Amino acid sequence: METLFFLIVSIVAIASAVMVIACRNPINSALSLILTFFCLATYYVMLDAPFLAAVQVMVYAGAIMVLIVFTIMLLNIRIDATRRHSHMIFFGSIVGFATLFNTVYIVMKSRAATPATTVNVEALKAGHTELIGREMFTNFLLPFEITSILLLVAIVGAVVIAKKKI
Amino acid sequence: MDMITFPTIDMTPILPEIYLSLLAMALLLINVFMPGRQKGYLGYISFVGVVAIAVMTASGWGIEVSSFSGSVIQDKFAIFFKIIFLLSAGLSILLSDQYMEREGCNHGELYPLILFTVVGMMLMACGTDLMTIFLGLEVMSVSLYILAGFNRANIKSNESGLKYFLLGAFSTGFLLYGMALTYGATGTTRIFGISGQLSQMAAPAANIMLLAGMLLMITGFAFKIAAAPFHMWTPDVYEGAPTPMTAFMSAGPKAAGFAAAIRILVISFPALQPDWSQLFWILAVLTMTIGNITALRQDNIKRMLAYSSIAHAGYALVGFAAGNETGVAGVLFYMLSYAFMNIGAFAIVILIAKKGETNGTVQDFAGFAFKRPLLAAVMSLFLFSLAGMPPTAGFIGKFYLFSGAVQQGYVWLAIIGVINSAVSVYYYLRVMVFMYMKNPSEEFEWATVTAPVALALIISAAGSIILGVVPSYVMQFAQQAAKLI
Repeated sequence: METLFFLIVSIVAIASAVMVIACRNPINSALSLILTFFCLATYYVMLDAPFLAAVQVMVYAGAIMVLIVFTIMLLNIRIDATRRHSHMIFFGSIVGFATLFNTVYIVMKSRAATPATTVNVEALKAGHTELIGREMFTNFLLPFEITSILLLVAIVGAVVIAKKKI
Repeated sequence: MDMITFPTIDMTPILPEIYLSLLAMALLLINVFMPGRQKGYLGYISFVGVVAIAVMTASGWGIEVSSFSGSVIQDKFAIFFKIIFLLSAGLSILLSDQYMEREGCNHGELYPLILFTVVGMMLMACGTDLMTIFLGLEVMSVSLYILAGFNRANIKSNESGLKYFLLGAFSTGFLLYGMALTYGATGTTRIFGISGQLSQMAAPAANIMLLAGMLLMITGFAFKIAAAPFHMWTPDVYEGAPTPMTAFMSAGPKAAGFAAAIRILVISFPALQPDWSQLFWILAVLTMTIGNITALRQDNIKRMLAYSSIAHAGYALVGFAAGNETGVAGVLFYMLSYAFMNIGAFAIVILIAKKGETNGTVQDFAGFAFKRPLLAAVMSLFLFSLAGMPPTAGFIGKFYLFSGAVQQGYVWLAIIGVINSAVSVYYYLRVMVFMYMKNPSEEFEWATVTAPVALALIISAAGSIILGVVPSYVMQFAQQAAKLI
């Protein structure tokens, strides 16, 4: 049953990912990307990581994709402006397939090399959200705080670049 | 549900970062509430702040503290690099005012952004956790993208910022993927924990996930230090960015990339040293050769210095490939002397150029020595140092780097390095030929040297000479700092 579900989700994920690059209308591409993100969220659920799944939907499918769709609408890109470069597609697909082959090879090899990791029972019992929060405020307190500086820099940068008159 | 027990936190290792962030935020507020278009005085405030923080950082020498449950450490290695970052930031701040006035930019936000860049670089140097290092790198990069595109009226500056942003974000993806794979293979992001896991593995070199992680991380760092074949962004970004920021970019962030890469590879992956050492052998040869050969053909002085900075990253990679204490100490010493001589050279470029970044070719140096003999002499000093002639800092730096490689048995690498160094003499001397042996093509007013730029020139010239004449004083600090394990 799980295998069947996995197969269905995978087919949808790959098909929507192909749609992202095959669609000529950028809005359609963006909407297909949302579908891809949902499929990835489903994978996280199947891997017993519900918190990550929720974050995936909220942050990517929610916040970021809204921004992308909004930008496309604001810029009002015309469809005929996108020309196709056949030699680009040729070299791109070579690089893409090489990367795909490489990744599959690495995953297969390392699966054979390392024993299957045991599921952390304690983590499942406590719930992921609590566990992640706990780690964030103890072991990873410093990285958590640095993010605030990173966001501040990004805000200042956005103002510097976008302000009408500086 | 039990309460979270917070670990005891010692702030000592990140005190410089905290003070710098506070200073930067204070400057942002001052910038908002103070009237006036020209904000040159912010530069003075930030320069004084940088000097004070440098003194404070240096006073921690010899005190080793690890904090935040192993995310961050204060050791001699981190302090040495922090001083390099503060030095390059301080010198660039001194250069910024005159340049920005000439280009007519309002530069209130420039100084806080430089300080934030330093915060990011410092976190890369003192982080002992992959997450800390990654976030430090992001803080550094995001600030740099903005600094590169800071001169919004100039189309080249816009191009520079956008190009740096797109390629930089792409390369960060590689780095992050590498970190994720390393975490997958070892189950920890602490770099001391990774080395512990590796020592327990029977054959870490056969673990392909770990190898892939390491390779991807090296790719990410090679981009940040502009090593060939990941150097394509460098000339365009360096040419377009405001010149003081180009000077800053070529000295500070490059050193930060080396700091993080050395710490991760030397501490976490000693078991794989034969593998990464060979890889850096190839990277070093490619970087030196491509940088030097391409620099031969450049007429634009900023582009030439960009390719020369690629070549210098190659020399530093020679010491890195050796991976022994002499080599690593050589990298530390070289990064310090490179900050002095390169920022000094860029200061002269700022004086030569005119509004809108015109007048920036090697030919425009014609007759410089007749008009301003002292400045031409100082420029010659920097060029000699970059070319690696004795008795300048560049010569001593290369000497330590190559002797590290010879100690490790990489004699051929050292020979290729010396040949490259000889090639580089051509394009550095070409500038001097124009300065001393050609007549100026047309009469024009040379820029006046303002006090901050003069101070920056004095500091860089003094550094280039002192490090060359009495290197042992600084070298003993570098050698202590290089004792990582």
